[in-house]
Amino acid sequence: MSDLIKPELVCPAGTPASLRTAVDAGANSVYCGFKGPTNARNFPGLNFSKKELSESVKYAHDKDAMVLAAINSFPTAGRTDIWKQAVDDAVEIGVDAVIIADIGMAKYVAEQHPNQRLHLSVQAGASSPEAINFYVERFNVKRVVLPRILTVPEIKRVHDAIDCEIEAFVFGNIGMMAEGRCSLTNYVTGISTNMDGVCSPASHVDYEPDDDDGLTTRLGDFAIDCISCGETAGYPTICKGRYDTAHKKNYYAFEEPISLNLTRLLPDLMRAGVTALKIEGRQRSRAYIRSVVSAFRDAVDAYAAGDEPDITELIALTEGHKETQGAFKSKSWR
Amino acid sequence: MSAQLTLGPVQYNWAPEDWRDFYFKIADETPVKTVFIGEVICSKRAPLYDNQLPDVVERLHDAGKHVIFSTLSEVTTDIDRRLVKRVAISEGFPIEANDVSALQQMAKGPHHIGPLMNCYNEEALEVYAANGATTICLNPEIPRDGLAALAQAAEPLGVELEVQVYGRVSLALSARCYHARAHNRTKDSCLFVCDEDPDGMRLDTLEGDKFLTVNGIQTQSHSVLNLIDCLDDLQSIGVNRFRISPQSVGTFTAIHAFNDVLNGRISPSEALKKMRDDCVDAPFSNGFYHQRPGYEWHDKVPAE
Amino acid sequence: MRDKHKRDQPRIFKDSQAGPVSKAMPLFAMQPILRRIVRHVATLHPELFERLEDSCRKHFLIDAKGMPFLLLLRPDPDNLMLVAKSRHEEIPYDVLVSGKFKTLLRMIDSKTDSDALFFNRDIMVTGDTEAIVALRNALDDMDATLADDVATAFGPLRGPVRASIDAATKIVGSRT
Repeated sequence: MSDLIKPELVCPAGTPASLRTAVDAGANSVYCGFKGPTNARNFPGLNFSKKELSESVKYAHDKDAMVLAAINSFPTAGRTDIWKQAVDDAVEIGVDAVIIADIGMAKYVAEQHPNQRLHLSVQAGASSPEAINFYVERFNVKRVVLPRILTVPEIKRVHDAIDCEIEAFVFGNIGMMAEGRCSLTNYVTGISTNMDGVCSPASHVDYEPDDDDGLTTRLGDFAIDCISCGETAGYPTICKGRYDTAHKKNYYAFEEPISLNLTRLLPDLMRAGVTALKIEGRQRSRAYIRSVVSAFRDAVDAYAAGDEPDITELIALTEGHKETQGAFKSKSWR
Repeated sequence: MSAQLTLGPVQYNWAPEDWRDFYFKIADETPVKTVFIGEVICSKRAPLYDNQLPDVVERLHDAGKHVIFSTLSEVTTDIDRRLVKRVAISEGFPIEANDVSALQQMAKGPHHIGPLMNCYNEEALEVYAANGATTICLNPEIPRDGLAALAQAAEPLGVELEVQVYGRVSLALSARCYHARAHNRTKDSCLFVCDEDPDGMRLDTLEGDKFLTVNGIQTQSHSVLNLIDCLDDLQSIGVNRFRISPQSVGTFTAIHAFNDVLNGRISPSEALKKMRDDCVDAPFSNGFYHQRPGYEWHDKVPAE
Repeated sequence: MRDKHKRDQPRIFKDSQAGPVSKAMPLFAMQPILRRIVRHVATLHPELFERLEDSCRKHFLIDAKGMPFLLLLRPDPDNLMLVAKSRHEEIPYDVLVSGKFKTLLRMIDSKTDSDALFFNRDIMVTGDTEAIVALRNALDDMDATLADDVATAFGPLRGPVRASIDAATKIVGSRT
């Protein structure tokens, strides 16, 4: 045995089939959202009806897994009813926690459903102990999902200064942009990431092939990347595109299309006091969820037992793509 | 309630003397009533202005301006946290919070909420009001209908709403410095390269379209927000505080143009012409207000 | 910047490199089989259409490289269509998906992650991105594999049909 406490493995699900896949592959909890604008992955064909979530919670609970409902976008004044309904439905269904980003919705949960466990979404952008403590003191937040911008020693310092659990991302998409504070998509499409729950809506994404087997990625009418033949593609978001400035041409001005993979840092994160390890990717397929979740299940169990896990399979999942430990390893990444 | 113009904090890295002279001129020559001041983008820049700050504040006070200290927007490192704390615990200075950590640190009492904080709905507004907010400057991406609903909720709570009506729009904040990145440096080793661009660094698409503006960890619009056409409409829905966000070129022309329109001395179209003649090299935009892509310009509310 | 109007232009498939007109592949013989497949899948999985919402009325053109024909799908429960189209035709579509036959089959059977396929440029998508994302997500929510469903559409012949799908996967897969 090792001195490490086994963390909760929190896995994504965009559909009921994905949720069952994640539970069967060893997830301790699964996070998901309702159809519509109430969560930050409002993609076509994705997410749960009330009935589907209800059935899914039963499936998970029967197998001792938890379900966390992400209601983590920002309702615009005049339409908070949709978000309140989503909270009420999630509570009625009996989810194990609701994940909230908007300060007004945090108040709603704390006042209307004081016994409901409340998690603070990464979309709330609480990146310092002071910000986190504000939410903990006012709204009885039990867990914070930390932004992917802190080093492991910084996470440890946050842990020591706050009175709630920490959930940290360990795998998947990564970005340095402060979440919940970005209107780049809205600037180009008229659809807001915060208010409509979608970054780079598929309805406004267009891939334009050229004669040389290259590809121009467009969001709205702006070219956000030009991919030449043989190059790999990335997510069609503004922050993952290539641009020109006076000093540098045709470069990833914000960030490389790169995957976060903290497999090797898992013991450090566990020692830093992280309660839950989060895998990103509610928009990904069942095939992805099956491989990533089972690989992390094995890795976490092995580390907790004091063994050295075989992580080659996890590394293979990002094969062909670039992977990084991002800001977690070194602040020089900023 | 009578309309008033406010001046948002300078968001770029200006030479300390230019920064000082800008505020002296604001004090001496402009009708703005409230001036927000302080480093909101980068904690590394803040000490650059320490020597100028006392003179600037004194000059603004002498001119009868209400001076409010804005806090840092993206707070992560210990340096960031110390900066916020220094501003938040200063007694006797009104504060504009741009991050939740400032709310946690400041003493109880009246304060202001800045546009880099999220206040999208009535419930959020209630949280801030109960905590002591007297004015809230809203995120520029909130469309007219959202502003109207918020204004309705703000009135009984005694909170005044403010919106940005001029200047480049803040679209994103980051943990990473994109100015440093363009110069193959990191945030820690930046050597303050952002001082080369007093209105930010232009970012173009690979097709050559002028697209965004990089200001350290902040990404702004390339276009310059201009709601001169919407002032009547804004007042009719209950918004009476109008924020000008400073650029190195055209800010004084904009202040006078907006003031003249508010006082009925010139028409919005005359004002627009004056501002077009003296502005950073970028088009005006008002798309967000009309719930359209933010970069667009609409002469009037577009038909759906 | 792209001209605003270009976005809404109709999309038409034209294969300038189509080989000589094939006499070996009589498309008319395939149409009843395809019709039967799509109706059968629709009966088995009504929930598929709920996820598709408005995208069900879109025309999906599927270009499996190396196949002598294309497939045109309109997954509209009230007006279902799956037909084979000749490469020599001009075919209007909303979204075009192209890739190797084996890759496409593995994708619709949720055996592999389509985002990864896209990142690696193993599949190409042009046109209505929203429609293909909806279809991908709807298919991904089905527990059964589509190939099994296709096989069951043929009742007592399911065994041989499944075997021939597998054989076709191998043959086409090895050719491309």
